[in-house]
Amino acid sequence: MFISPIKRTLGAAAIAMCASTAAFAEDVELQFYFPVAVGGAAADTIQALTDEYVANNPSVKIDAVYAGSYQDTVAKVLTAARGGDAPQLSVILSVDMFTLLDEDLILPFDDFATTAEDKEWLNGFYPSFMENSRTGGKTYGIPFQRSTPVLYWNKEAFKEAGLDPNTPPATWEEMVSMGKKLVKKNASGEVERWGVRIPSSGFPYWLFQGLSTQNDVILANNDGNKTNFDDPKVVEALQYLVDLSGKYGVMAPGIIEWGSTPKAFFEGQTAMMWTTTGNLTNVRKNAPFDFGVGMLPANKRRGAPTGGGNFYMFKGSTDAELKAAFDFIKWITGPEQSAKWTIATGYVAPRPATWETDAMKAYTADFPPALVARDQLEYAVAELSTYENQRITRIFNDALEAAITGKKTPEEALKEAQQKADAILKAYR
Amino acid sequence: MTRRIEWVHAWLLLLPAMVFLFTFTHLPAVRTIIDSFFSTARGRRKSVFVGLENYQQLIDDPTFWKVLANNLWFALGTIPTSIAIALVMALWVNEKLAGRSFIRMAYFTPTVLPLIAVANIWLFFYTPGFGLFDQIATGLFDTGQHNFLGNPDTALAAVMVVTVWKEAGFFMIFYLAALQTIPPSLLEAARVEGAGRWTIFWRVVFPLLMPTTLFVSVNAVINSFRLVDHLFILTGGGPNNASSLLLFYIYETAFRFWDTAYAATLTVVLLVMLSLLAIGQFFLFDRKVHYK
Amino acid sequence: MIHASAIDRFLNTFGSWALALLWGLPLAFAIWTAIHPAEFEANFELLAPLTTVNFVKAWEAAPFARYFLNTFILVTLILACQFFLGTLAAFAFARFQFPGRGILFGLVLLQLLVMPDILIVENYQTMRFFNLVDTIPAIALPYIASGFGIFLLRQTFMTVPKELDEAARLEGASTLGLLWRVYVPLAKPTYLAYGLVSVSHHWNNFLWPLIITNSVETRPVTVGLSVFASTDSGTEWSVINAATLMTSAPLLIGFLLFQRQFVQSFMRAGIK
Repeated sequence: MFISPIKRTLGAAAIAMCASTAAFAEDVELQFYFPVAVGGAAADTIQALTDEYVANNPSVKIDAVYAGSYQDTVAKVLTAARGGDAPQLSVILSVDMFTLLDEDLILPFDDFATTAEDKEWLNGFYPSFMENSRTGGKTYGIPFQRSTPVLYWNKEAFKEAGLDPNTPPATWEEMVSMGKKLVKKNASGEVERWGVRIPSSGFPYWLFQGLSTQNDVILANNDGNKTNFDDPKVVEALQYLVDLSGKYGVMAPGIIEWGSTPKAFFEGQTAMMWTTTGNLTNVRKNAPFDFGVGMLPANKRRGAPTGGGNFYMFKGSTDAELKAAFDFIKWITGPEQSAKWTIATGYVAPRPATWETDAMKAYTADFPPALVARDQLEYAVAELSTYENQRITRIFNDALEAAITGKKTPEEALKEAQQKADAILKAYR
Repeated sequence: MTRRIEWVHAWLLLLPAMVFLFTFTHLPAVRTIIDSFFSTARGRRKSVFVGLENYQQLIDDPTFWKVLANNLWFALGTIPTSIAIALVMALWVNEKLAGRSFIRMAYFTPTVLPLIAVANIWLFFYTPGFGLFDQIATGLFDTGQHNFLGNPDTALAAVMVVTVWKEAGFFMIFYLAALQTIPPSLLEAARVEGAGRWTIFWRVVFPLLMPTTLFVSVNAVINSFRLVDHLFILTGGGPNNASSLLLFYIYETAFRFWDTAYAATLTVVLLVMLSLLAIGQFFLFDRKVHYK
Repeated sequence: MIHASAIDRFLNTFGSWALALLWGLPLAFAIWTAIHPAEFEANFELLAPLTTVNFVKAWEAAPFARYFLNTFILVTLILACQFFLGTLAAFAFARFQFPGRGILFGLVLLQLLVMPDILIVENYQTMRFFNLVDTIPAIALPYIASGFGIFLLRQTFMTVPKELDEAARLEGASTLGLLWRVYVPLAKPTYLAYGLVSVSHHWNNFLWPLIITNSVETRPVTVGLSVFASTDSGTEWSVINAATLMTSAPLLIGFLLFQRQFVQSFMRAGIK
């Protein structure tokens, strides 16, 4: 060998350095699928973060693939996995955990978090986000692009109705009483502005889960094999939602479209709306009036669902690859990186540490409504998630829609939904 | 050329097309039927023969019956309407009316715009309150808000309107081409004999358009089972499946619920329906019309 | 028409214009929102300021150039294959006698009803078997042997006078030479008419590409548009409509320029 001792020492030192920062030494290539649900700029942010990681870890190559919607991404992963070519890591809906387990595709993070530092990292997420990430005592998902619904209100409309523009409704009763004052009718008695708007198209279960949680009931167990759709408290929550447009007349009747809700708010068609924190930037940019952002009102307790995507790691990769993937996930959910991501997209930073960074402090000082979502996390619960998740939520959505459109009573609709869900889930008990 | 060589030539000419037809139409159709007797494979469970279990599930599935009924209403609502409008359009465009090329263009534009994209435009039209239809309704008649898509009684009709809008202009082209091949002397002769416009249309023009009507109606039937793109944007099949169609339900079952076996069972129903309609259609129309 | 009275004529003109305005409304709305700022999406003020910002936003927010290229490749691939396979098969059905002709033609006609669009579940599994998921050929393959195309070309080939056929054979033309020199040139209007239908159909096709693609490199414009439009935040009509106009522009302009030829080719092709 003609390599001089000096070179050899340098080489060894370089390897040792790599090993100490990244805990692996050989070259690995990772495939990383991610969805984007908030417009194209988010994809650029993920790409930039990935590039930054690769620049600091030259032995790792990451092929970050923008796979489209959440739906596209899970389809792409399932297809690739069945073909024996699963990616090492991917961001997929947190509620798809049971589906991925059922397909026998994902690995628990606990197996990789071996050092004390790793374990500390694993325990450093908001507990409400971890509810959708753990089952059977193991952690299968790492919160990343997560959100929660909040209440937006039009301060000018509040003033016009003689309400304090800085105080949103804190309880269900207040939402009705304030809503009644906020409804504006024209000369011939037709409504020009509604009090509140809780969209119910496509995935009504999500916002409804705000109501059911506030009524102190959980929709599904932690094992993902039993739902509580016909619990009297769920029925009561649905009755309240139905009454908002029926009995109380503060919300438009029928199914309310999710996509046009922000526009209806901007156009002054509703004084309050429930929608995701992901709309913060949109509302900030486009609302032609002063608006407020608050927590959802409470009933028996405060409450809201969480939503969005988690990181998962997939079977079928080498140990070195998985180690690298784990290290990347740990890095990208670190305070500085996660702050960049939150500021760029409006997703809720999933770790308290992120909120302590200078970047986040500057951001929230400039735009305090961003803090509402964080403060609400204390009361938030897991998004409805079970085995055969899409099918079960579809059954539940159908029941909600049937009740909202007055085709069935809440009790009847939910009882049927529970029976259908039981028929499917009994195979998993 | 001897007969044997002619056979071989013909088969060779047919071979490439037939390979692809079989691979992507006939074999999948047969496999659909086979798969409907098996269970869906999941990661931890293999696919097994289950006999008629999927069909039992189908019969017990209220969503299936709802979607099937929707699809029949959808077919009944869109096929005759789009054909009738297409015919009227063609008759108008065939006359020398003022601004004919503009009119023709307006009728035809829906054909070149992707349904998935125009669905967003219709979504705005249908939006309660600030949507175009409600703005017009409040402006003219001072009525209240209409939630066309969010009401189970109107959602399917709203979806049907979009379909008719999309299809009529395309069918018009076929009628227009047919109208222009009718010899003017024939119409002249009828006129000389004192026939009125209605009589000429029903006695001369309409019968001559029969092959076109058959062709267009075959297309319309297929489309009534095939066109589901706008559902993705407009209603997602809701509220409570009020506007869902069979193919949309198949898509959901296969690619959202990942239950391919049940999706195959649903596809079998679709295949059976199309075959029945095909048979019915050929009986319904004059036998002189068919192509051979 | 000669006997049409003035009132009759007026009613027809009025009716046809009313229907035309109704039919053109969505496109008019798309243009309106695309060239005005977002706050005028629902406020139709005549003097609203004009802007190109929606087009810029749409162009920057999604890789439409790539989607465009994908659609272009897809449509070209499908059309070329449909012409090639369809011509050969149609010729066989039109001018050859052979065992199995009736059954095979029946199987071709069957595809007029049992279209690949309906067999999404099985075709997806086939593509997975061939390891073709998320490729452009996978979008194209189910459509390249088209029952409609074969049927149409057969009808046209059957109208070619036997004398021309025999004359060419006497000059010693081979089977393929005969097809290429006699039949194909005479069927030009059919190719044009069928080509236009095929291009506009596949340019706008959505469901199958949605299922079989899941990356920027393969996605056609329709799927790209739907990914772009379905965000968790609200629907931005101004930007979506700008994107719709951009992606439909080639077909729209194409039809504007060639609408007369389009109708004539249908007429001469005997599609009626």
